[in-house]
This record gives sequence, structure tokens and C-alpha cells, in this order.
Amino acid sequence: MPSLSEKVLKVRSKNAGPFWVTIDIFCGSKPAFEEVCAKLKTERVAELYKAPLETLKRFDIADLNVVKFSLPRPVVQGSREDRDMHGAGWAVLLEEAELA
Amino acid sequence: MPTRVLVPSGVLGLGFDREALARGVAAKPDIIAIDGGSTDSGPFSLGAGESKYSRAATKSEWRQLMRARAEAGVPLVIGTAGTCGTDATVDWMVAITRELAEELGQTVKIAKLYSSQPKERIASALREGRVMPLEPAPAIDAGKVLEMTNIVALAGAEQVQAALATGADIVICGRTTDTATIAALPLLRGDHAGGAWHGAKIAECGALCSTNPTSGVILVDFDETGFTVEPMAKSARCTPHSVSAHMLYENVDPFVLYEPGGRLDVRGAVYRALDERRVRVEGSEWIPGPYTVKLEGARVAGYQTTIMAVLRNTHYATHAREWVAKLTTFLEGEIDSRMGLKPGDYHMDFRLIGVDSALGALENRQGTPVEVGVLGVVTAPTQETAAEIGKLINPFVLHYPLTEDEELPTFAFPYSPATTDRGELFEFALNHILALDDPADDPLAAFRLELEEVGHAELV
Repeated sequence: MPSLSEKVLKVRSKNAGPFWVTIDIFCGSKPAFEEVCAKLKTERVAELYKAPLETLKRFDIADLNVVKFSLPRPVVQGSREDRDMHGAGWAVLLEEAELA
Repeated sequence: MPTRVLVPSGVLGLGFDREALARGVAAKPDIIAIDGGSTDSGPFSLGAGESKYSRAATKSEWRQLMRARAEAGVPLVIGTAGTCGTDATVDWMVAITRELAEELGQTVKIAKLYSSQPKERIASALREGRVMPLEPAPAIDAGKVLEMTNIVALAGAEQVQAALATGADIVICGRTTDTATIAALPLLRGDHAGGAWHGAKIAECGALCSTNPTSGVILVDFDETGFTVEPMAKSARCTPHSVSAHMLYENVDPFVLYEPGGRLDVRGAVYRALDERRVRVEGSEWIPGPYTVKLEGARVAGYQTTIMAVLRNTHYATHAREWVAKLTTFLEGEIDSRMGLKPGDYHMDFRLIGVDSALGALENRQGTPVEVGVLGVVTAPTQETAAEIGKLINPFVLHYPLTEDEELPTFAFPYSPATTDRGELFEFALNHILALDDPADDPLAAFRLELEEVGHAELV
């Protein structure tokens, strides 16, 4: 089964302030955007990031062919448990996720 | 009145294209505005009150901008000076400015906008119900507020306008919102409010809103219906996609941005290409609300010592997790018997580089690593204790065997001493807002403005 990264242009994650992380999926084309919108369930993303479903914000932005998720950081930026100061590494979980 | 703002770069210290800056100055801007900070690198800068960028990089870029200001004859404004925008980093930036004024033979009037908050003020405001949590916020009480090493409030356009009203040549701001220094002058001159905040958000990372992010320099024209953005580097272009996509960047919600005194809503914004390089934006809306400013604070959460070993032996590399689990149990016993410390008195964490060090519990892939880096991080209430634990565990991290009947292994230590004392572990301790009175009465209620003139004869 193909991974998301084979379908889209780029997946980017970054802090949105010390308490949130935001993940942008640049689909690159209308068909890819529509496929991601249809197949990538918010529940699946919550599962990947082990986050309660109700804490995820999702934006399907047709004008940009972008699907965006924002969620509270699994741990606060720079706290003792933090392993990724800029939150850029979390994108790989979605890149590698299979698009069923 | 149309207002032309030149933004040399997303942040001072990151560099910009000199030719592009010259082109921007030639375009006769009304103001030059640049950001000096962010929380992006973590809590250390705010906790310690230090700049993340080197003094040398900051000074060399500020030199170019002070020259550009003198040539353009317009104010130069920096927001969030010295990464965190504490009073100490404003003064650090002012000291650099004084040196440069002397070296360049410039006479300049400097306005200093201070954003640091006395802890007692925030503790009182908390008791009075004027400090409110955002989502998600760390739990705080007056006692925790008083323990913080630095607290800053994010100034908005009104405070930057007060600084500009002094007629200063250079305005050095403590913590401001990323957008305030860019939006201040257009708003003061009555340009479209939604356009002013939206254009400021688009330009605050410099050329990141263009096709050539590292070129830095951006020019924004604000007017009564919206704004037009154009990159100054010849190699860069702004397209409706590159501009609108910038609203995604480091934003929880790509359509709404909260600022002191209201919020920007860009759901109705229309992005239109004027030509190959310029984009026109209209339709963004500013919705006034209560006047609140965001607070940032940091506290010391302990002191750290680290140790690093590399497991290259295939058996150890493939059994790294098991090795660390056994080692940890053994070390907890040693620390207890030799130092009298229980696991709750300190924190010890071994991260396996090559296995799951970036994602931790979220990692869902497994492989066979050639080698595994073991990064041990000890956090304790004092540096002395953390350092002592580091020294105590050092020989075991070097030699601990997986099984009892094998010859003592020795792992690779990359340096001597094997332990590194990291100093304080700071943590962000506030995600709150502070309610203020109407800034029309007193824009500087929670801020402080000082003026200074630095005069030097022209060098001949």
C-alpha cells in the first residue's frame, strides 16, 4: 500500500508556539488533495500522534490543496521530556502512514 | 495614506541578500521593520535572558540596517530584540547600536520599548483575575509566578506606535507580537486594518512568503483597501500560492490570528497576481475585541548533566533497549546506596539514537541499526547533584555488561570528560493572556518607554 509521501508533494511539521504543533500536507494537485481528504481520517492521525481525537484541529484547504492538522504538543517544547525542539520530526509519522 | 514597509529578513541574525536590501532602500520605504526573536528555539533564551544569535552576526547585520536607515532617512524598528525580548536583551541590542553609531559616525535618537514584567505585577494581576489561560496552559499560582526567571508581555501595534511617536530614528523593542512592528505604521496612518495585520503576518518571516525564502528582503505596500507584497531579490517571486500558503506556517489556525485588541480573520481574503512578482491581497478583516496581551514566562525546572556512549558491537546495538533497561535498574540501586537518592529525587533518561530518540513513544518503525548512540540525560534539583550522578554512572555507562558471564565490554565515549554539565533546564511556564485597560488611555500601561540620543560627529 502506498505511503502518504508517495502521493503528495511534501509533509511539514513545525511548532506553532511552545504548546502546539502544526502539520501541513501539501498535496500538490487537486486529485491528490481530494484523495487525501477522502482517505485520511482524523481518527488515524490522532492514533499516530497518540492524541485525544477532540484535541485535533483539521483544515481541508482546497485553494491551496493543503490538509492541515494542529494539535497540542505531545510534550511542551523544551520541557524535560521533549525530544524535538522544533517539532519538525513529527511529519515523518504522516509521511510514512499508509493511505488506505 | 499609503505606507511602504521594508522588511529585510525574517529575523536579525539569519542573513539577507545585500543587493535586495539596496533595491528596497531605493524604493523609498516609510519604515524599515525587522523581527529579532521567537520562541522557536526553546525556553533557554527567555529563561536566561540571552540572545540565541551571536553578537557578531547580529552586529554585522545591524550595521547594514543602520546604514540603510541613514540612507533612507526613515525609522528602523526591531521587534523582540535579542531573541526573547527581555529588558536585558533590549539593553544588549542598545549597546550594539551605540557601538555602531560610533563606528559609523551617526547621530541617532533611540527609543527603547521594554516588555519585561515585574513578577509581583503578574502575581497581583493573577489574584485580580486579569491573567487568563489559553489552551493548553500550564497550571500556575502566585507562588509559581514569583519563581519565574523572566516574564514578558507581547506588545502590540499601540505600544510600537507610542515609540514611533517620539520621533526616534531607531526603535528597539522588547517582546512584541511578530506582526506588531510591521502593522504599527500602516495602522497609525489609517490604512485598512485587516490588510495591515494580514500584510504584517505575510511579511514577518521575510522572503519565506516568496519562491526564494533565503533572499530575505520583502517590500509591502499598505493602503486603504489591502496590501501588495513584492520580494526585493531578483531571483524571488511572490505568487498567490506562496503568499497565501504562508498563513499555514507555525500557525494553529491558518485563517485567524489573535493580536492585542482583536483578531485578524482572512477567510474572505482574495490573493491576486499583479504580475510575475507581486501579489495583491484584499478582503481580510480585523475584528476588534478586548485588549489583552499574551504573556511568556520561563522557570528553572532543574539542572542537567549529560553523558554519551556509542554501542557499535552488533549484539549490543540490537539489544540496546534491553541493555538500557537493565542498566537503569542497576544505576538506580547504585545512586540510592551511594548517594541516598530515590528515583523521584532526580530524573534519568537514556535516549537511543538510531532507535527512537526523535519520536520516543510515537516511533512505529523498527530496523537493525549499525550502531546506537546512548544519550543519558540526568536532571536534578541542583547542578552539583546532577554532576555527581553523572560521575557516579560514568563507569557503568562505559562498561555495563548485558550478561554476568561475559568479559567486561567497553563502549565508545566521544569525548573526555564523558559528562557535560548543561546548567539550568528552563521550561515555558505561561500560556496566558493579561487583560489591560483601553490602550487609547495609556498604551504603555504594562510597558516602559525610554529615549536616548547617541551623538557622534561625522567621520571624515
